[in-house]
Amino acid sequence: MSANQVALWYLVASVFFILALKGLSSPATARRGNLFGIIGMAIAVLTTLAIVKSVGWIVLGIVAGGSVGAFVAKRVQMTQMPELVAAMHSLVGFAAVLIAIAVVNNPTAFGLSNPIPTGNKLELFIGTFVGAITFSGSVIAFGKLAGLGKSFRLFSSAPVVFKGQHMLNLVLAIVMVGFGTAFFLAPPSAQWTPFVIMTAIAFLLGVLIIIPIGGADMPVVISMLNSYSGWAAAGIGFSLNNPMLIIAGSLVGSSGAILSYIMCRAMNRSFFSVILGGFGAAEGAAAAGDGEQKQVKSSSAEDAAFLMSNAESVIIVPGYGLAVARAQHAVKEMVDKLTEKGVQVRYAIHPVAGRMPGHMNVLLAEAEVPYDLVLEMDEINSEFQTTDVVLVLGANDVVNPLAEVQGSPIYGMPILQAHKAGQVLVNKRSMASGYAGLDNPLFYMDKTMMVFGDAKKVVEDIVKALSGGGH
Amino acid sequence: MTGTIDPTIVNLTVFVLAVFVGYHVVWNVTPALHTPLMSVTNAISGVIIVGAILAAGPLEWDWLSSGAGVLAVALAAVNVFGGFLVTQRMLEMFKKKEKKAPKEQA
Repeated sequence: MSANQVALWYLVASVFFILALKGLSSPATARRGNLFGIIGMAIAVLTTLAIVKSVGWIVLGIVAGGSVGAFVAKRVQMTQMPELVAAMHSLVGFAAVLIAIAVVNNPTAFGLSNPIPTGNKLELFIGTFVGAITFSGSVIAFGKLAGLGKSFRLFSSAPVVFKGQHMLNLVLAIVMVGFGTAFFLAPPSAQWTPFVIMTAIAFLLGVLIIIPIGGADMPVVISMLNSYSGWAAAGIGFSLNNPMLIIAGSLVGSSGAILSYIMCRAMNRSFFSVILGGFGAAEGAAAAGDGEQKQVKSSSAEDAAFLMSNAESVIIVPGYGLAVARAQHAVKEMVDKLTEKGVQVRYAIHPVAGRMPGHMNVLLAEAEVPYDLVLEMDEINSEFQTTDVVLVLGANDVVNPLAEVQGSPIYGMPILQAHKAGQVLVNKRSMASGYAGLDNPLFYMDKTMMVFGDAKKVVEDIVKALSGGGH
Repeated sequence: MTGTIDPTIVNLTVFVLAVFVGYHVVWNVTPALHTPLMSVTNAISGVIIVGAILAAGPLEWDWLSSGAGVLAVALAAVNVFGGFLVTQRMLEMFKKKEKKAPKEQA
């Protein structure tokens, strides 16, 4: 196959990738989109296989990796999607570093001249360190998400901060660029030492960048690493003059960047402040309330069932607490019961409900909740004031009316306006504050009743009360 | 203006246009499908397998290049297969409901 033919096939594959992303604009076209993605990937891989000389080991690698991938994809639980995605980012990052090593060792295999042309060498340096940071950063993110903090402190979901952290990162980054420049200028005989040192520093930086970021900021971190993994692929594409990698990498990179932006906006935090990290470490106590002892009204699952079954409209606000308690199936059952009784029930999803963008939607979809009942914040916020009952399940900060009070620490964060509904039911395990460390005035309102307990248990009790026919 | 265009310039052109396309396409993705978006981009970033195949491809086996290449092929293949399959699995969940309640908003 000539180089021109290869480039044309890569173009076809790229168009398929764009169609794959385009398909996700609606659930109805999304499956076809995924199919386009698979076709695009098949074209890219087969085209490349057609131009290399020896395919035995490559096919073995594809079969081995593919089986692992297929196995994991089949087994993974939907609550574990964030971990899976983080693990996959790390693989892309590591693959980028491995390819860079191969390029430095033998550039002619990639159709590059030896020594590597200066432009490509510069891009190789960029692709390598982005890949290395993606790898180690994603490993840390994976550990934090999988809750491995007990066995290894760097994986702690609490931010790991120390004095001079930002200074250290800055110095390391400068030193890394220094060695990168040395690699760039070095003749082929002397390029390994700076390359290896640069890569090692990049691995270290990836760890240091992610450890200060708290568990609650994980949606941003995952989106950001998603973006990095794309840029790493694009960087390698630049160094190999390979348009396939550049196009696909850029698509992924911009996708991750947009998701990071959406997540930051939903938390009303600047990207920069998330990256610098340390939020929610020790500032909790200072922010809490005006010191008054406030009373909450506590009630039982039976009362909640009674209240909801007599309502005309109910909105459910699920938070991550719901997913942790694996209560989504019980919630679905409860909603079915209420619907049977003629109650209109809908779900309101905050963009950061869950641990990655869109996570709550997938969890509800898994429980077979129809997606037209699941509404985004912008779609449903105007409807709370005409709703009889809101049931908040394992969410806190995303319904905190303090976000509308000027001067409060979370002022400006977009919230679900649960406090505007006729009555509010809140299920929480205890009165502990959310990760922002803020008290939530919603809990003390006259129209609010707290139902304490594990989300799953409480919802199951509500279901029991609803089917009991006691009223 | 004489001579050939430096490959880096061509790459840059492709890159900038691809970022633009990505930007506009991704903003149209419905928020409900942001998790599948992320898993499908995981699969697409597995396209780095192309670079890995080139690394592992030369006829004469070189431990460093070919070894790194084959390992990278395997890692990227995890992403490609895992990414597309798990996306498929998630999207199937969004499908089931269509029968019960056909969607209204376009």
